[in-house]
Amino acid sequence: MHIPDGYLGPITWIALWIVMIPLWIIASRKLKKDLKTKNVPLLAMGAAFSFVIMMFNVPIFGGSTGHAVGGTLIAIVLGPWAALIAVSVALIIQALFFGDGGITAIAANCFNMGVVLPFVGYYIYRLISVNADINSSRHWIGAGIGSYIGLNVAAIFTGFEFGIQTILYPAVNGKFQYFMYPLNVSVPAMAFEHLLVFGFVEAIVTLMVVRYLQQTDPSLLGLSARTTSTERIPAGVSV
Amino acid sequence: MNKNTEKKLWIGLAILIVLTPLGLLAEGTAFGEWGPEELLKEVGYVPTGVEQGGNLWHSMFPDYTVAGFEGSFLHSSIGYILSAVIGIALIYIITIGLGKIIAKREEETRNENS
Repeated sequence: MHIPDGYLGPITWIALWIVMIPLWIIASRKLKKDLKTKNVPLLAMGAAFSFVIMMFNVPIFGGSTGHAVGGTLIAIVLGPWAALIAVSVALIIQALFFGDGGITAIAANCFNMGVVLPFVGYYIYRLISVNADINSSRHWIGAGIGSYIGLNVAAIFTGFEFGIQTILYPAVNGKFQYFMYPLNVSVPAMAFEHLLVFGFVEAIVTLMVVRYLQQTDPSLLGLSARTTSTERIPAGVSV
Repeated sequence: MNKNTEKKLWIGLAILIVLTPLGLLAEGTAFGEWGPEELLKEVGYVPTGVEQGGNLWHSMFPDYTVAGFEGSFLHSSIGYILSAVIGIALIYIITIGLGKIIAKREEETRNENS
């Protein structure tokens, strides 16, 4: 799902920078309010986890590969705004140092994997686990379903961004300048491989870690629920 | 997060780092991440934008390879693991730094109240 440089034309990648810059600022402000200093190492580990899990390329029919992202998991533990920051850091390092994802496409990749994925995944998880006891199976089931749908919606967004290039930049003399397959190819291609394979990889990783945290340190699962609840704990009160 | 959990999560990350070479076994390229040769074969030409885009940035460890660790599966595995360690170190330091800046105010309010 890492869009390289040159696959999106300037209209698309600049538009996504314009979307992402305010979102990064909002995320920083949200974290300023909600992120406790003692949870900063957890955020850093979340970013590191996302980075390393993306190195596990999974093969699929037709010679393609894909991978999990782990964004919903970070959102479940620290909240979706924290996941936005953590996944963005991982993606920026991947683009700059490892050539995975383009420089111009940093905002596009952060939008798909750092915004769409964790927000969709997190709110589906919340919907399923709302008011559930901390030991309830609804937590890991919600984590599995949420992360599965989150990854797939992100993949469909990516397919859409690819596909609109053929409309924004039509072929000249039979040759496209940027991405070359139309929407009716790019969206189904991205959707099917994630629906059939990579979504399940993401779901299994996410629910296994959530199940593990439930058994070993369930307080971690309460962190994001606490900071997003309507009844806020006043700043300065240690919990 | 208690210290015990933190330790266990680090162990988990370490295990993942050691296992990353499994990710090298997958052959092929993700949809929409093809290189010029693959495009030439599949599409028949390399779009000018893609060609220019490919020359825009030269990363230090392209595709998680480390110079000197290429060729055999063993060598590329070492390179891949080194990339994981380098990437995680960079990400950890940057996120801790960002977190220190971002979470600063919360720290101050806590000090004021204590």
